[in-house]
Amino acid sequence: MEEDYKIKGILTPGKVITISIIMCLILALVTVISLVMGTADVSFKQVASMIYGTLSSDDPARLIILKIRLPRIILAGVVGFALSLGGVTFQAILRNPLADPFILGVSSGSAFGAVLAITFGLSYSLGVPIMSFLGALLTIYLVMSLGARKMGMESSTILLTGVIINAFFTAIIMFFISTSADDRLHTMLFWLYGDLAQSQYTQLVIITPIILLAAIILYSYARDLNIITTGDDIASQLGVDVERTKKIGLLTVSLIMGLVVAFSGLIGFVGLIVPHLARMAFRSDHRMLIPVASLGGAIFLIAADTLARTVLSPNELPVGVITAFLGAPFFLILLRKRGSQWNR
Amino acid sequence: MMKIDNIGFSYEDKRVLKGIDLELDAGEILGILGPNGSGKSTLLKVMDGVLSPREGEIFIRGKSFRHFKRTDLAREVAMVAQENHFRFSFSCIEVVLMGRFPHLKRLQFEDRNDIEIALDSLKATHSIEFAERPIHDLSGGERQRVLIARALAQEPKVILLDEPTSFLDLKYKREIFRLISSLSSEKGISVVIVSHDIDLIAQYCSRVILLKDGTIFKTGQPDDVITAENIEEVYECPVLVDSNPLSGRPRVSVR
Repeated sequence: MEEDYKIKGILTPGKVITISIIMCLILALVTVISLVMGTADVSFKQVASMIYGTLSSDDPARLIILKIRLPRIILAGVVGFALSLGGVTFQAILRNPLADPFILGVSSGSAFGAVLAITFGLSYSLGVPIMSFLGALLTIYLVMSLGARKMGMESSTILLTGVIINAFFTAIIMFFISTSADDRLHTMLFWLYGDLAQSQYTQLVIITPIILLAAIILYSYARDLNIITTGDDIASQLGVDVERTKKIGLLTVSLIMGLVVAFSGLIGFVGLIVPHLARMAFRSDHRMLIPVASLGGAIFLIAADTLARTVLSPNELPVGVITAFLGAPFFLILLRKRGSQWNR
Repeated sequence: MMKIDNIGFSYEDKRVLKGIDLELDAGEILGILGPNGSGKSTLLKVMDGVLSPREGEIFIRGKSFRHFKRTDLAREVAMVAQENHFRFSFSCIEVVLMGRFPHLKRLQFEDRNDIEIALDSLKATHSIEFAERPIHDLSGGERQRVLIARALAQEPKVILLDEPTSFLDLKYKREIFRLISSLSSEKGISVVIVSHDIDLIAQYCSRVILLKDGTIFKTGQPDDVITAENIEEVYECPVLVDSNPLSGRPRVSVR
């Protein structure tokens, strides 16, 4: 009898690994293209010989690649990865495909924490990220307790709550910027736009392992997240520890959002667009969705940042401008097309 | 199979269930009737362990619920809930495979055996042809069959159904009840159905419980429980109860 029903579309580890490897190859390709693009001329040949270690050490391209472009590209990749991972997790837990941490105000809450830390002169390597994490945590708590009461989880109430909280924190940030001393002004404005230009290897060494660890933790809850998207009672009945999964998910998202905002500012819509495209291509099983969306987020943000630094060359745009430019219409189309019904 | 011993439950200060005693035999179909707010759904949630009772204890196969881990309990008792959200796209086979959750370890993928169990469950509920279709494309009756298949995939001893036919037309109502009764007789699974459909409960259940204000008003065979006197008192509505000429079971008409 079994032969009668060859069922397609059952997820296997092999499929997940194959697709992830393909995504990694695309990521590598986009990285190389991004290394070549920019105001100063760097050729594919120079990048290739750099990779093979045959580029002469006094070639100026070496400096541009290693000191300027590569750290920025890695930061873009890591931040894009994290934003998209946060988006996927948030959407599953809140059971709402429009629930991106940026739209729900988690990013601006996090920026509020960071701005506060800067105002009080805390250190950039520790104080700012911690305050930024606490800001994210506070916002998630507010959104969950105000907007996501039992009935409201799936509804637009939670989006509305997020939007209001977002406006509130943005206003506080504006307040701090208008009242702060001039020399701090620039660093604060940076949080409002989202900018990857300040990347340093010392930061990357801190955030990359933490974000990868977060991805592993969330991945180990992938099947739990699948079931949580179909309802809390059902999930609990099937043996999912709903409370614990949500707590771990939300804490992990706060942590990565805090880090990302502390090092790159407010970059919107990545966590909305990329998971949505990933779902369109690979459906909703988080065992596939988490790696695809995260790697896709990395690819997307590297591409967006490459645009940001080349489109008005030699001038630069903050990358948040590019993602918002693409993301805002995308969000409106989704909202109009799907409304409260979300099935595909 | 399952024994409920003097269960009480309150939501905050509102008392919903009190002093419920109940025994469920292997392979029997038990119907739970009662008006809105009489505690039917709460009783079902207590029976599947989602809510822990304030008072009393529940045993399955002689072992108290307290000594079960959540996942272990999910292998004993399955629930087909009234409300189901499918906000994200899952195919029916993916939904049924979710029923294998309590049998799998963290990070473990479903193996051949799990997939076969899921396919067998879909076959048992006559819904194998939906396997690859997205669940939200299905009609209410088709979806309900897939959700029963998911409950079967848990390989439980007891299946609880909360209003399984509330949004279905006559044909599907009949189909679901026939399906449930054949599953319980073939697989020896005990079934508990909460429903407002007194006639169908009377026709398919071997035993009926009538709930009123969180207590058991009457329990027994359909003929003994579904009488005009009992129904009028519990539902506060004048009725006529006669005998269904086809099944010989009681039939309720509103006066």
